[in-house]
Order: sequence, then structure tokens, then C-alpha cells
Amino acid sequence: MASGSTVFLVMMNGQIETGDFPGFDDDLYVKFNYVYGPDWVMTAGLEEGTSQTSRKSKDDLGRYVWNFPLDVTFKSTNPYGWPQVVVNVHGQDVYGTAVVRGYGAVHVPISPGRHVRIIPLYVPESSSHFQKFTSWLMSRRPEYRDHNTVARGEGREVTRVRSQGSIRVTFNVVTRDMKKLGYDVIPSTLSIPSTATTAAMAANPKPGAAAAAVPTANVPTSTS
Amino acid sequence: MSGQSTLAAKIRERRKKLRESLADTSRETEGSDMELTPRTNGFPESGMHGDDDETALSSSREAYDDLIEAQKLIDDLEERRAETKKELEQSLKESDKPKPSKRTKLKPITPKAEETPKIEDEATKDEKPKKKKKARIKKEPKDETEEAKEEEAEPTEKPEEDKKLMSAEEAVLAVAAGTAGSSSPAPANLNQSIRDRLRKKMSQMKEKAEEEKKEDDEKEPGKVVTGKPPPRRLRGMRGRQLATRFDEPMSDDEKKLHESIAAKTMWQKARKALKKKESAMPSEEEAFDFFVKVFDKEPDLPSVPPTGEPEAGPSEEREESAKEKEKKEEKEKDEEEKPVEDAKEDEPLLSDYFVDLEEWKTQPYSVNRAQYTPYQKVVDREAKVYFRPSVASVPENDKIPEERQPRYLEDEGFYVGVRPPVERRNVNIEENRLLMREDKGRKWFGDDGRIIALPDPLKDQPTRPPVIEPEDIDVFLQTDYKKAYVVDFDSRFIDGLGETYGSYQIDVDINSIIFSHHSLFSKEHVLAAKLQQLYSQYLMRSQKDATTFLTDKLRALKEAVAHLKKQMDAQMKDLNSSFAQDQMTRYQDYKYEIRQTRKSRDTEMHYDRQLLKNILKAWKEIKALRESQGCINTAVKLSVRKEETDKDEDMTQWKRDIDEEISEAREEYEETFNENMSRYNLAKAEYDRQKKIKDAIKKRKKRRRPKRQGSRENLTDRTSDTGGESQTEDDEDAIPEPQKPAYEFNEQEAREKIKSKAQQIMRKPGEPKLYPELTNAAVITPTHNCPKAEQSRRRDQQKCQCYVRILFNNKEVSRTSVKTLTSDFTVHFGDIFNIQIVQWPESIRLEVYENGSFSDTMLAEVYAAIPEPQVTTSNVQIEELDFSSDQKVSYGHEGVGSGYTFKIGDENLAQEYTLLTSGCLLASVAWGVGDDGTVLVPPISQTAGTALGSVKQFDALSAIGATGMVDTEKLAKWISESRLDPNDPANAALLHLIKHVSGDDKKMPVYFRLEQLQQEFNFVTDEELEKSKRFKLIELREKEIPEFRNYSLIPIREKDVTDDIFEEYEKKKKAERDLQVGDDKDPHRAAVAKFLSKVREQVMTRFRAAQHQFTLQDVIAEEPVPNITLLSANLLKLAEPRRPLKPVRKERKVVTAQSLGQTEVKILVNIERAFDVPVRKEALTLTELEAAGGVNSDSLITPGKVTVRPFVECVFQRHTKQTSVAEGPNPNWSEELSLPFKPPNNDYSSASLQTCKDLVYLNLFDEVVVDMLEDDRARATNIHQRLERKWLGSLKIPFSTVYFQGQIEGNFRLQAPRVLLGYQRAGPMENTTTQYGQGKRDTDNTYLQLFITIEPALSTPEPVKEKFDTTEDEKLLNFAENYQMQFEKKHPKRDILTTVMDINGKSVFVTRYFKALKPPAELLSAESNPLKQAELIARFVSLIPFVSDSVVFPGMCDIWSTCDQFLQMLQGDEEEHAVLLCNYFLHLGKKAWLLIGSAIPEGSTTYVLTREADNNFLIWNPSTGEHYPQYDNFCRLKSVGCLINQENIWANIQLNEEPYRIDFDVTKSNMWRPLFTKTFSNPNLTSVQVDELRYYQTDKGYVSDLTDKIEKKLREKLMEWRPRHITRFNRYCTQVFRNLLRKLEENRGNAAIMEHKSELEQVMGSYTMSGFPLNLTYTEMAPIVDAVYSTGVHVNESTDVEFALAVHIHPYPNNILSVWVYIAAVSRKR
Repeated sequence: MASGSTVFLVMMNGQIETGDFPGFDDDLYVKFNYVYGPDWVMTAGLEEGTSQTSRKSKDDLGRYVWNFPLDVTFKSTNPYGWPQVVVNVHGQDVYGTAVVRGYGAVHVPISPGRHVRIIPLYVPESSSHFQKFTSWLMSRRPEYRDHNTVARGEGREVTRVRSQGSIRVTFNVVTRDMKKLGYDVIPSTLSIPSTATTAAMAANPKPGAAAAAVPTANVPTSTS
Repeated sequence: MSGQSTLAAKIRERRKKLRESLADTSRETEGSDMELTPRTNGFPESGMHGDDDETALSSSREAYDDLIEAQKLIDDLEERRAETKKELEQSLKESDKPKPSKRTKLKPITPKAEETPKIEDEATKDEKPKKKKKARIKKEPKDETEEAKEEEAEPTEKPEEDKKLMSAEEAVLAVAAGTAGSSSPAPANLNQSIRDRLRKKMSQMKEKAEEEKKEDDEKEPGKVVTGKPPPRRLRGMRGRQLATRFDEPMSDDEKKLHESIAAKTMWQKARKALKKKESAMPSEEEAFDFFVKVFDKEPDLPSVPPTGEPEAGPSEEREESAKEKEKKEEKEKDEEEKPVEDAKEDEPLLSDYFVDLEEWKTQPYSVNRAQYTPYQKVVDREAKVYFRPSVASVPENDKIPEERQPRYLEDEGFYVGVRPPVERRNVNIEENRLLMREDKGRKWFGDDGRIIALPDPLKDQPTRPPVIEPEDIDVFLQTDYKKAYVVDFDSRFIDGLGETYGSYQIDVDINSIIFSHHSLFSKEHVLAAKLQQLYSQYLMRSQKDATTFLTDKLRALKEAVAHLKKQMDAQMKDLNSSFAQDQMTRYQDYKYEIRQTRKSRDTEMHYDRQLLKNILKAWKEIKALRESQGCINTAVKLSVRKEETDKDEDMTQWKRDIDEEISEAREEYEETFNENMSRYNLAKAEYDRQKKIKDAIKKRKKRRRPKRQGSRENLTDRTSDTGGESQTEDDEDAIPEPQKPAYEFNEQEAREKIKSKAQQIMRKPGEPKLYPELTNAAVITPTHNCPKAEQSRRRDQQKCQCYVRILFNNKEVSRTSVKTLTSDFTVHFGDIFNIQIVQWPESIRLEVYENGSFSDTMLAEVYAAIPEPQVTTSNVQIEELDFSSDQKVSYGHEGVGSGYTFKIGDENLAQEYTLLTSGCLLASVAWGVGDDGTVLVPPISQTAGTALGSVKQFDALSAIGATGMVDTEKLAKWISESRLDPNDPANAALLHLIKHVSGDDKKMPVYFRLEQLQQEFNFVTDEELEKSKRFKLIELREKEIPEFRNYSLIPIREKDVTDDIFEEYEKKKKAERDLQVGDDKDPHRAAVAKFLSKVREQVMTRFRAAQHQFTLQDVIAEEPVPNITLLSANLLKLAEPRRPLKPVRKERKVVTAQSLGQTEVKILVNIERAFDVPVRKEALTLTELEAAGGVNSDSLITPGKVTVRPFVECVFQRHTKQTSVAEGPNPNWSEELSLPFKPPNNDYSSASLQTCKDLVYLNLFDEVVVDMLEDDRARATNIHQRLERKWLGSLKIPFSTVYFQGQIEGNFRLQAPRVLLGYQRAGPMENTTTQYGQGKRDTDNTYLQLFITIEPALSTPEPVKEKFDTTEDEKLLNFAENYQMQFEKKHPKRDILTTVMDINGKSVFVTRYFKALKPPAELLSAESNPLKQAELIARFVSLIPFVSDSVVFPGMCDIWSTCDQFLQMLQGDEEEHAVLLCNYFLHLGKKAWLLIGSAIPEGSTTYVLTREADNNFLIWNPSTGEHYPQYDNFCRLKSVGCLINQENIWANIQLNEEPYRIDFDVTKSNMWRPLFTKTFSNPNLTSVQVDELRYYQTDKGYVSDLTDKIEKKLREKLMEWRPRHITRFNRYCTQVFRNLLRKLEENRGNAAIMEHKSELEQVMGSYTMSGFPLNLTYTEMAPIVDAVYSTGVHVNESTDVEFALAVHIHPYPNNILSVWVYIAAVSRKR
């Protein structure tokens, strides 16, 4: 069986629960999509989606509640390009034009279990005060040409952004065959990946390190 | 067993004790109750057989009654004891364990059982001993039973056991007696006690029974289960047997039997009891008993207190206990208890046993009516259960114990807190409740009869301070909030900033100032000061007395020398060379030292003497001065003490000294002489040797020369005199002859010298010794006696005041009081300043000030040393701090001033002085001492730490180690060099430090690593990384190698990576390396391809980085800043018509590659219309055609008849779309075709897009409807037709053109074959006379009106504005750049070039590319007509394949290769073609220019402009070889930017840019702006082109091979394309075509129609043909195949079609090939 699996699976379900946008009163909705590397394939679930429009709650918290479910399964051969959830929040400005209220991205948690992430969002800032004014006047705020930019590091150095609100997302992650394929992401059973490093550590005159390496190295043999 | 045995022993011992005590008590009881004994004795028999023996029962009736009575009495007591009992039971239950453990457990219980009675009622205290005894009795049997089995093996103990049993028996008898005694006339209390005893016994029995029962349960659970009926007989037997016990002693066997029987009965009893309990059903026997006994016991039952539910348990217990008792008594033959047991057995109600529902059903029952309880009764009953505390107050007496009186603490003066307020009613309720408790709530009531309560915890005042509003506070009390701030730690502070933890103090003691010169000094003062100075010097010297010291030393040395000499003389004989040598050196050393000492002594003496002289002189001067000025200003007085000496003695001394000295001098001289002598001898010897050799040589060589062996004198003479004469050349390198030193010590002279010296420095013989003594004894003349000048000076002096400022760390901390200058020019302060410091001392400065009239003048500043920590006030010494000032003062009075020259003395002897104010400050600086004697020094450790920074600057050594930043190696080196004293403790730390360095041999690495842990972080080694295919794959993908660029899902395992993944890549690499020649490639082209790919790779890597750079526009979509034009445009937009009649295409938004994502990119081709489509020949007969020459064809075509049905098919990336079919030669489609676009490797980045080589093919077809209906009769009903398409022409537009242009719009000429078989131009057939400048429409061509664009608009790569390397002159480049910028500013749309990039990536000035180059000779010789010649050359150039640079060099703007490179590579784009063509034209002597402009469809391009002989201009398209006259409207060139040739660059500054509207006369400066003008003339740049192009003949054999190859390939392909049909080839036609092709090349495609006709006439007669010749350039096979495919000739569905295919290649020099393909579909005419 161990030799049979050539991919590992990451199943994630969760929710885009709430959003916190102090200073905004318009109704907001969330769009999300996944960004992942070349070695990843989505096997099930919605690749992208749009939530319902939510109104700010009238209590003191002033939250936007979406409770928008995420449910997706990936298969992959390489942790490089681990999937990220890209969210962008849209709303309407005073003129009723749809504008972006925030961009954000977060990696799908790598370890199985339940995770809560609060994604701080941001929007690109106008290049000048004058442009800021005109963009407000004409309801044409600066936007990312590609909203997946927020999931990449490339080309970010030319932008200036302003923080604006946050979104709370919960993830429930289940992985399969990851450990079998050599990717141990659960901290409790973490083992030294290669014997070379173990040897190196043993060679080190640190008795503690070597001692620590021995029991952990036993773990994979016992489980596999 | 030892444990058990010891245990047994213990038990035995204990038993013994018990027996003793029991014996006493039993005797007592026996004694007291004699009466009872017989009774007891009588009982056994009846008691034992209680069940079956009536008589025994009746006899025991009396006793039993008594017992019941007693029991009744004690019932209430029992209740009270229940608790204790239960407790006991609890503990027993806990000990309910298997046997061995139980025994041990039981033992501790014994004392407990003893103790429980103790706790009991005090009333029974007197009975205690008895009870104790009873308890023991009870215990004994149990112990016995337990031990019985064990002890059976020990018969010796049996008698003892029996005895014990006996005593126990007696005890039981006593109990019985007690009960019986109740009826007897015994005292009441006794009776009571007996009852109590009995009761107690019973209860204990119960416990025992329970215990034992449990024990038995465990022992024999099986027995219990089986439930055998009890053997009644045995019981009786047992009783009898037991009865005999008293009569006769039993045998051992009997005893054993008895024992076993006893045990058995016990078990049976227990089992019975248990069974009874378990089943809750009376056994048969019991049932019988029950019914039998009921009658007897009936009267007893009522006497027992009502047995409610709570009674059930105890009663059962009692019963069990009774049973137990019975069991015991049986053993003891005590039947007294038997009735009790019986009575008890009846007590439990039947209902108690009906626990199980099933069982009660088996029992008889009756159904009664439901009972109604009257309400009142219920209330009454409830009242019994419920308690309603009354609200009435409780009388105090109830609340406190009766005998006591309420006590009020408050009245007694104690403080009693205020009770919390509780409502009276509630208190009453609670009190009543408490009183209901059994203990009457005693604990809850205090002494005063009230419920105990803590004082009220609530304070009557709020403890929290009131919050006062800020505004209520008094204004003056209001506080301001200030934000806390953190101040950085200042290292200057000792304890950090702000807080001072310790007090540190520096005491500065300013004692006084003594001026050594002051401006107010009088002359006398000056002299006095000088004198004083001299005197102090004298004192110092005399104290040191260097002269004496040196004289002594000299003497000692002399002695030593003498001694040594003696020694040496003595040892001379031994000739111990080494020792002698040693001594000799010592001797020499001594001598040297003597000389040195003498010299220094002489100087010292000289100085002493001089000093004395000066003192005397100064004093003389003072005296003189005092006399002259008539007053005495100073108290200086010198007295000289004379000491007379003996002259003779002095004389001898003097003489001796001189003699000594002379002898010494002589010795010295001799020494040096000897030395010189020896040196001379050596030199002489050498000289002689050399000389001899020379002479020998001379003798040999020049015999004729007379030998001249002269003396030294002669030689010297000769060398000086006869320089040029004889042997100059030999002597040149000869050693000069040494001079012999002469011994000429002149004793007399030396003596004189020494004498004179002695006279100078020594006291003359007989001269008295002088001792000066300076005192301040002189009387200063009072002021009024002084001269006026002096008086005013003194006044000034008195006015003069001084003070000292003290500055600590450059801050003034204090200043002394102002003190007046005393007459002796000193200022006394005597102030001590205590400076409390918080900062580290950096400097302590003392500034001396003098009071002036306006402002104080600073005389000097003196720095005091910061004291060492050891230096404190108590041990400090006053220091003299010298100072001087450069102040210049002069006075009118006697004061000499300072800084000015003055004279002292008489006119002639006057001495000049220039003195500056100077003096010394007497002061001291030390650490203060506190009151308690502690030194107020900052902690030294801290000093080391914090003050290090300052220390470091000065003392590098002390900073070592502290910083740890030391180059240890250098340090070690330094230490080894400086030879530190290793024993000095000060160096210990240092040596310790270097010990580490030098100690271990491990060399410190000489390199520095930025990431020394890098290796640890490598997750695999480099080798592994190399080996792994997977990693390689990932690496290649990361490098964006095209093959792997978008590879997804790289396998997770190494083994899953298939080898063939790399195969292609490796193959490609290998091909690049090995220059693999494909089957359809010639080696030359392969080499070119290799070269190109290399260049391409370089370029790729160079621009890869640029691809990943983003601009803000790439990432963020933002509205541009609106400006006025934009706003006005917007405003205008409002006024615009909503739907304009002629809409203008709007500029679309450009989409960047990043944002493309998954969106589909399409190419939109809008086909508007076509002009001049050829019409079918069927429409025109051949004759008609001939007649129609020159006539408009439109008139010929009869209306209504279909001439042609054209449609356009568009092919891109194997996707085909076509328009609808239109009709006529000028069709109008106005259709939009959209074709999907897939970029190479699915990568939309601009770098990748521009490498896309795909072409957009636009083919014009004629749709021919072939009627296939065989039977005409069916025509009315059937339609059977076949559609055939005939290719009429095509247009190829490279994708790169579309991509770079964004959109292409205009009329495009279709590339149609010269001959279209079966078709005819509708327009005039031939235009034989070519005319320039007539604007004649070229009717030979079909035009297509198109609009092509990409949707969405893709962003084009930014032209890289990179400064390339260049070898050009900087000045020229700047000039050109300026020129270009100016032009571009004015005409932003016009193209201009000044520098271009060559193939090496270097900037080259564009004019360097132009040079007349000779075209191939055969081309020149082929034609004589200059125009034809030019056309031929143009054709030659156009045959060189065209490949866009952007395809070859992605990202690069343009690379201009030189003509030879171009010919070598055999590919290039328009500029290469143009340059070559231009150069050829230049060779032909034409005036030619390179024209840079834009054309359709290429966009920005290069053409060639020539001026013909008749001053007309021709525009040449170098890529096609076509040429247009200037005024040709159909010229593809649309705008002209600039003209370039080898001379200059001319920028078009005319209003228009269209070629037909501009003037090409470049000499007109208002139309053409040249780069090089008179101010900046052409620097005559050398050309980059080679002088002569090399041409070679193309290999004929290769050409014919290729021809065959192509033909074969095409045939194959043709068959391949028609898989459903048989493809036949018509040999005859092929042959004809082959001949035709040859002619076509010769005519260059022109004017062949007529020949065609004649050639094909024969064929055409019998066949219908559709076909055409194609002319192509040759690069590779694939484009040719593609071109043929795109014509669609193969698409012919007719069954009888045959194909004719001919290929001809016309070779031009340099492997430039013109490929002709003639293809036709032929079908036989019917």
C-alpha cells in the first residue's frame, strides 16, 4: 500500500465566518479562490466562490457574518505551492459603485486539525493624495489587476497598501498519506527527516541533541 | 510458619492472661450467684433440644420471660448504642477479608471492642470490669474457633483450651444468672446492671454472629448454595455427646470428632441463617417452627415495641446474633439462649421477606378495598412528621442549660460587636428550630441565650474614597498629567541617569598660586625670581650630589680595573684563551664605562660650577639693581658661606687627577691605535695579495713593461702622478692601498687639554668652597620711601586680585574667593571644594583668573589629573601645577609687564628679557572621605565596565579581554615580540588569553563564512541533488526551461519520474552540442541554427530576470491622474453622438500576462472585402480573353453568370475558420472570424509570446459547385452536387506582427501564384511597360481588406532601455542621442535610429553599416539593363529567408548583423535585407538610402530608397524584392521617418510622412534635418562591413538531391493528407510542369502566362486543371509542406482526380535557393 500511493491528499473544509471592518457600514460580500502550485490538483470542491452579501450586525461587535462554507480536496505530489485561500471583500461605496474593501490570503493549515485564522486584509493605496481624491470621487479605487497577487511575493515591492479590516476563517484539515510520503506535519510525531542530519547531530558534542534524536527516529519505523 | 507460630504464641500468652483474669471474675460470680448454678446445669439438655423437646422448652420458659422483660427495658438503650454498633460493624466489614488476613485484623479489633463499652453510659461505669470480661469471653470463643483447626494438630494444648472453654462457660452462666436475678430479691440497680450486661452481651453477640457468618460464607460458599437440609439427628447427637463432656474425659479421637461436629453445626447454623436471609423465605423447618412457636410467642409480640421499618434490621440482626449465641451455647451446652433465638426468629414480618414480586404471588393474599384516610387524620399524621416552628419568642430558660443563668458580656464591660440586623420573627423561627434538635441546639446559643453571631461586618461608613470630579478640585491643587518618558541610559553617569544611589565626591584643594613671573613684577622681582629659580636648582643638585656619586663610581671602577688587570696578568701564563677572552671583554667594558663616567662627571661638575657662578652673578645684579633704584622690593638675600681648603692637598689631588686622566687618555689612544694598526695589517695583507696576483698577470701579459715594484710611497705617488700611464685599467678595481696609522700621542698636548678642562670645571686648588644660602631676610623698603614709579607699581600690585574657577567635566562647579596678590606675588586661597558627582569624571579644569577693571582675564587653565581610586583626601599631597599665559601687558610704572622686552642692568651690560606671566598653582584633587571614613569613590568594578570606552582609546592593552574582540593571533605575535614579563601579575590576564591561542594547535580558519550553518540546513547533499531525477525536474522547472516550464504534478517519488521525461530535453541539448544534421537540413544551415540557438540562449538568460520585474501598472489597476486634456476629452464625449455614423475604433485596455490567468486569448480576423479576385476561365473563352486585352473585364462578364464564388479561410495553429461564400470578383464579406490562441508552453508572459512563430494563414478560395447528377431526369427532384475549392491566393501574417502591432488594418496583397490554372484576371492581363510615377494600379494582384487583432489585447514587452557596451566615441553618441531626442519630441510617431545593436550586443553607429558591396558576379552579368539588374539583385536579396528578430532574440529590440553575417546565417529580418540591398545598390553606383518608416503590414520597418538616373525615386521592399515608384498609391510603405546612408542620417521634418507626399531631396534643410552638419561634421566612421563579400557556388548535386527530397516528401504528404482516397499522379503533367518551372525562374515569375498557354494547351484540351506554381525561399522542409497544405489543393473529393507535382530549385550563390513547386489537381474532361 505504501508504495501504491503517489499523491497525498489534503482535505479542507471550513468556513469564512465573520469579518470585522470598523468604519464601514456598507454591505459586504466575500469572494474566495484557491491559489496553488504546479504540483497541486484540485480533486473536489469549488475552486472559487462568492458569498452572500452581509449586513453589519447592530450590536457592539459590528461584525459581518457570512458563515460561508469552504470545502475542497487537493491532491499533490509536492508541498511546494501549498494551497492558499485568497479572499477579497467587496462592497459598495457612497455612490453605489462596487469597490474592493480588502484583499487577503492565507495558507491552508498544513497540520490536520481545526484551525482558526484571522486574515488581516488590505487594499492598495492610491499613488498620490490627488489620485486618492479622484479615485474616491470617481469610485475607481486602485485594485490589483490580478487578485492572486496577494498570494504571491512577486511584484509586491512596487505596491503600497493600507490595512483595512480582517476576516476570520476556520479550517478543518484532514490529510492523507502525507506521512507515508515523508512529510510529517504533526508536531507530536515529528521525526528527524534524514539520517544524515541525525548523524550530524550525533557527531555534534551535544548529548542532549543526540539523545533527543534517537527516540524520535524510532517513531516512523513503528508506525509504518 | 514462623509468623503463624509466633502469632499463635502471642495468642496463647494473651489467653493465659485472660484466663487468669477470668478465673477471678468467674470465682466471684460463682460465689455471689450460687443459686443459679444448678439452673444452668439443668439447662443444657433442654436448651440443646429446644426444637424438638417440649419439656426443655417449658423449663426454660421462666428464664426466657425474664430475658424478654429485660430486653424490653433495654430496648431504648439499644437504640442509643446502635451508632456505636454500626461503627463497629463498619470496621468489621472492612476487615471482611480472606482468612489469614482476617485474623490479623481481628486482633486490633479486640481492644476496640474493649473500648466501646468505655464510651458507654457513665451510669454503667461500675460494671466495667465485668463487661470487659464479657467482651473477652465473647472474643475468646471466636478466636478459638478460628484457631481450632490450626491447633488440632497440637493436642497438648487441648486441655488448656478446655479450661478456657470452661471459664467462658462459667461467664455465660453468670450472665444467665444475672437475668435470672431480676426476679430474685436483688437490688434494683443490680438488676438493671444485669440487664444492661445482658443487652450488651447480646449486641456483641450479634456482631460476632455477623462476623462469623461472613467468615463462613467465605469459607464454604458452595455449601450455602447447595443448601442441604440441616441434619437434625446429628444435632441431637451432638448435644448428647457434648453433654457427656463433663462426665468423663474424652479421648483424643472423640475430642476431634466433637470439634469437627461443632464446626459443622456452626456452619450449618450459619448457612441456615444465611439461607433464611437470602431466600427471605422460611425453610421447611423454620416454617414449621414458625407455626409451632407462634402460639407460644403470641403474647410476647405485643410487648415488643412496635416494629416499624427501622426495627426490621435490628431485629434480624438480633435474630442472627441470637443464632450465633445459640451456636456458641450449644458448644458450651448452654441452652438458656435458645428461647431467645426462637423468639427472635418469629419477629420479622412476612412482608419483609416478600421482596420478590414473583414470590408473593405464590403466597396467599387478599384484596381489600381502597382505604380512605380522613383529612383530619392526614393532618394529624402530618403533624407528627412536619414541624412548623412557631414565631413566638422562646423563653430564655429554654435556650441555656438549666443550671446556668444567662450571662451578658456587655454588662460585664466586654465589648460586644453590633449584631447584624435580623428580623425578630426570623430569629424566633430559627431558635425554635434549633430547640427541636436533640441537643437542644446548645452549641448554637451563646451565654446570653441568643444565637451566636459575629458582629455586623458592614461598616457604617463607606471605605472607598469619594471620587471628586476634576473641576471640583481647587485650581491650585490640580495636577497635570505628563506622560512618562524613558531617558536613554547615559554612560557618563555613574549610576545611570536621575537617581543617585551612592554619593561620590571629589575634593579639590586649591591652596595657592605662586607666580614665577607676573606683569607687575619689578625688575628686581624678575631677578629675584631668577635667583630663586637658580637657587632651587642648586638645592636640588646639591641634594642629589651627582658629582660625588660619579667620582665615587669612577674610583670604584678604577679599582675594579686594576684588580682585573692583576688577575689577567696572573692568568696570562695559563693561556686559557676563552677565559682570557672573556676577561678581556670585561676589561674593555670597564674601560669604556670609566670613560663614560668620567665624561658625565665632568659635565656635572661643569654644570655645578656654572650654576654657582650664575647664582652669584644674579645676586650681584640684584644688589646692583637695588642700589640703582634706591629701594628694596624683594626680601631675597643671598649669603655665601665659604669653606677654606688646604691648598697643598688640593694641589696633589688635582695633579693626581690630571695624571690619571692623562694615562687614561693615553691608554685610550693606544687602544684605538692598536685597533687601527691591526685593521691596517689586515688590509695590507689583502692588498699585497691582490697586488701580487696582478703583478703576476701583468708579468705574463706585458713582459715588455718594466716591473715596478715600488714602496708604498712610490705607489701612492704613482697612482697620483701616473694616472693615465700604465695600468689604469687594472687598478680600477684594485683595493686602494691602506694608510699606515702613525703613533703620535702628544702627552704634552693632552695634559694641556685636560688641565684647561679641569680649570673650567673644577675648583682651583686653594680656592674656598662656596655654599650659597638664600633667605628672605632682606627688608623691603616701605612704599613711601620708594620712587614714584615703584609706588604706583606697588599700588597696582595691591589692587591685583585673583581667583580660580573649578570646572568639572567642562562645567563650572565652583570658584574660589577673590584674593589679593601679596607682595611676593603669591595668592593664598586655601579653599577645599567638595564636588558631589554623579557623572564619571572626565576632566577637572582649574582656570586662573585675574580681576580686571572691566572684565576678568583668564590667565591660564590648568588640568588636574583625575585621581586614582586610592588617592583620597587623607593621603593626597599638594601638587604644583605649572601654568603660563600668553597675555601681553605693559605698564607705565616699574612693572615690567609680560610679553614685552625689557632690560635690566647698566646700559652696556644690559640683559634683555621677555617674560610671560607664569607660575604654579598649588592644588590637589582627591576622592573625598565620608564622615564614617568611607572613601566616596565610585565602585571600581563599574568603572572598569562603563568607563571602558574611554579607557580603550588610550590603553589598548587594558581593553583586551573586556571586549573580546581581539585578533588573538596578532596579539600573540605582539606579545612574543614585546617580551612581556611573564611573572608580572599585571600581565597575567594577557598571558592567560594567549595561552589559549598558542596552546592548542588548531588553526583558526582564515576565511570568514557568512552562513556557517549552511551545511546543517542542507536537506540533502549536493551529490544527492545531482543524482535525483526528481530534483532535477524541479530545478529545470524553476529555471523555466521551456520544456518543463509548466510541468505540473512532479511525481513525489524518485522512481516515479520516468526517464523519458528528460529524453527530449537531453536530445535537444545533445543536438545543440553535437551539431546533429537532420535529414532535410544541410550542414551549413545546421551550423547557423546552432549558432543562433546559442545566441538565443544567452539572450534568454539575460532577459529572464527582466521578466520577473513588475511595475506598478503591472500589479495595480489605478486610474491615471486626470489632466486637462483628459477632462476636456471627457467633456467632449458628452457632446458626442451616442451612435456615431462612423464609429472609431477605441483603444482597448492592454491586459498583462499576469492577469490573463485562464482566460482564453483569441485572434480576431475581420475580413471586409477583396478586390480583383481572379475569375474562372469558364466564364471567358480563350479567344475572348485574347480579344479583351486592355479592355475592362467587367464589361465582358455577362451579368447573372457566376464568375467566381470566393471565400476566405483563415488558419491559425491548425484551427480553421472560414467566411461565407460571396460572389463576384470584388466580394464583400464583412465577417469576423475568431481563432483561439494557445501560446507556446501555455505561458502568456510577453517574453514567451514574442517567441511565438505561428503564422496566420489567410487563403482565398473559389468554391466550385460540381454537378454530380448523372441522370438529368432526376434533376427536377434531386440535387447532387460536390463542392470543390480552388485556391486563389494566400496571405501569411506572422503572429509576432499582430502581437507587436496590436492590430493590423488595411488592404493586403494576396500572394497569388503567377499562374492560376483555369483562372483569369478580370482586369487587364499584362502590363508590359513598367512606368514610374504614374500611380498605376497593379492589376496583377488581388487585395484583401482586413483587420486583425488579439482579444484581449496583450501587453507588449517594453523595449529594453539598456545602455549597451559600445566602442563609439562618447561625444558622438551624446550628440546623436540629443539629435534623436529632439526629433522624437517633435515627431513622436516617426521612427529614427542612430545607433543599433550588433550581434555581440554592442551599440554601433548606424552609418557604419553602409558600404558599397559587390553583388555576386553572375547576377551582374545576367542582365545589362540597370533596372533589370537591380530587380535581379532585389530578388536575390529577397530570397534570403526572413525571420523576425523578435523570434530569434526574444526581448531584444533588434539586432543588426552585418552583411557577411547575414549571408552566413542566411536569415534575418528587414533591416538585414535592406542593408544588403542598399549596399549592393551603392555598388551599382546608385544613390541609395536606407529608409526607416512604417509599412503595412509589418509596422515599423526598413525599406530602401534609390534615386534612378532620371531623378525618380524608387522604393524597394527588401523582403519581397518588389519596388514601387514614389507616387505609387499601392505602396506598402506608409510613412517615412528617416533616411540613412554611409554619409549621414536625415530625419524627416516635413509636414507629411507618406512617401508620395514628401520630397526626397535630402539637401533641402527645411525638409530633412541631417545629423552631421557643418558644426558637427561626419567623423568618417569606418564601416563595420567587410571589404568584399565572399560568394561561393551552390553545390549542384546538393540542389538536385534536395529537389528530389522535397518532391518525394510532398508526394508523401499529399497522400497522407488524403487518407480516404487513392492519390494518383499524372506523370505527363508533372513533366510539363517541370519544364514550365524552369522557365518561370528565368523570367522571375513574370510574363509566363503566354508560354504557359502554349505549353499546357495540349493538356488543357483533355483535362480540367486547377493548380499553380508556388515560389518559396528555402529554410527547412516544414514551411514548404505547410505552404502546400495551406493551398488546399489536396482537398478534392472527386474520384478521378489526379495530381501533378513538380519541384524545381534554382540555386543562387551562397546556398540561397529559390524553390518552385508546381502543384495541380487534374481531372479528365468528359
